[in-house]
Amino acid sequence: MINKIAPSVEAALAGTPDGATVLIGGFGTAGIPDELIDGLIAQGARDLTVVNNNAGNGDHGLAALLATGRVRKVICSFPRQADSHVFDGLYRSGQIELELVPQGNLAERLRAAGAGIGAFFTPTGYGTELARNPDGTPKETRVINGRPHVLEYPIHGDLALIKAERGDRWGNLTYRKAARNFGPVMATAARRTVASVFEVVDLGALDPEAVITPGIHVSAVVQVPRTATRAGGLKEAA
Amino acid sequence: MSEPRYPRRSKDELARRVAQDIPDGAYVNLGIGQPTLVANHIPAGREVVLHSENGILGVGPAPAAGAEDYDLINAGKQPVTLLPGGAFFHHADSFAMMRGGHLDICVLGAFQVSATGDLANWSTGEPGSIPAVGGAMDLATGARQTWVMMDLLTRQGQSKVVATCTYPLTGIGCVKRIYTDLATLACTPEGLRLIDTVEGLSRAELEQLVGLPIIG
Repeated sequence: MINKIAPSVEAALAGTPDGATVLIGGFGTAGIPDELIDGLIAQGARDLTVVNNNAGNGDHGLAALLATGRVRKVICSFPRQADSHVFDGLYRSGQIELELVPQGNLAERLRAAGAGIGAFFTPTGYGTELARNPDGTPKETRVINGRPHVLEYPIHGDLALIKAERGDRWGNLTYRKAARNFGPVMATAARRTVASVFEVVDLGALDPEAVITPGIHVSAVVQVPRTATRAGGLKEAA
Repeated sequence: MSEPRYPRRSKDELARRVAQDIPDGAYVNLGIGQPTLVANHIPAGREVVLHSENGILGVGPAPAAGAEDYDLINAGKQPVTLLPGGAFFHHADSFAMMRGGHLDICVLGAFQVSATGDLANWSTGEPGSIPAVGGAMDLATGARQTWVMMDLLTRQGQSKVVATCTYPLTGIGCVKRIYTDLATLACTPEGLRLIDTVEGLSRAELEQLVGLPIIG
């Protein structure tokens, strides 16, 4: 019998190796798997590469993980926020590496990883500073149908931590509103995907037409107490 | 220096000016900051579908105080509502909508725009600042039309419409129109073309402010 329901966050994250690349869902306040991030802090894996749209807010969740000093590198699109002081401090003192990626390239590099695509050409970023590799060398480019493109490679995760709404023992997931964001694509891009849900339902209870992440992409589902998504994480007005 | 004879468009007037040009049925992404004001000025009778990069089509107005839902936020992380007919989707689909040319218009703020439509709006290149790009590059190159909305001049009186951007680029040749507090301009491969100015501002005076030729 397939049963992906994990008895606890601790059980779901046991064995996360040092050096892992961890994909963490969430955009702003929505879809951040705080309970799983806290679980990863407790589990203690080190030398991590974290992929998230942002780089932590305030002192909880991802910011708390960064504050442990166990994250070597962050791959994200928007690390600079009004309350991203933990990342700011680590970055300015050279204690954390940053790979800045346009948000759509981040999403598509994750999608490519999950879809078995070797690399892809995209017009986004062409002619900009972000069409360079982390070592400063230019990324490969090609003109396709008269339009210049940049070659981008997939981002594979060892572990994905995502927040969903409801799940069943096969790992099928539904999400809530804009908390969906990176969850479905990160679920496909990691060798192991752990999803937190507010409700575990019986097999067959989720409308198959409404399942967003089919269980094939999910390794473990762990139920957490329902909490309202908290406010905060606001950007400074542009 | 004498007071200029011409009135500047206020932020709301500028938003109204942009909104006038958005056709019925358009799919539109409004960037963070000033462009979000455009939503308040869509002319009555026009139905426009607003896209938010974090996976929403059919973004509605801000919720009433107390009714905020922090799972329903826009790209600026502010609470929004969903209109009837709205839909949610994941990030890769959201950016495929941009990159695939499915969005009719995006409206962005800018630090600088070149006469041929190069855009600089993500970084001032200031040493020691933490770089952050978000969806700016994806929007600028992906939408079918990218419009910029900004003040024409910096606080120091320098034109933000320039021959060549000196700030780091967001995209090359991607801006089609520039809506400003003093004039509306089109960016073309041949350079700037005048669409309108505020009352009392002549094309010659505008050329002097911008320091570049503007085709009438």
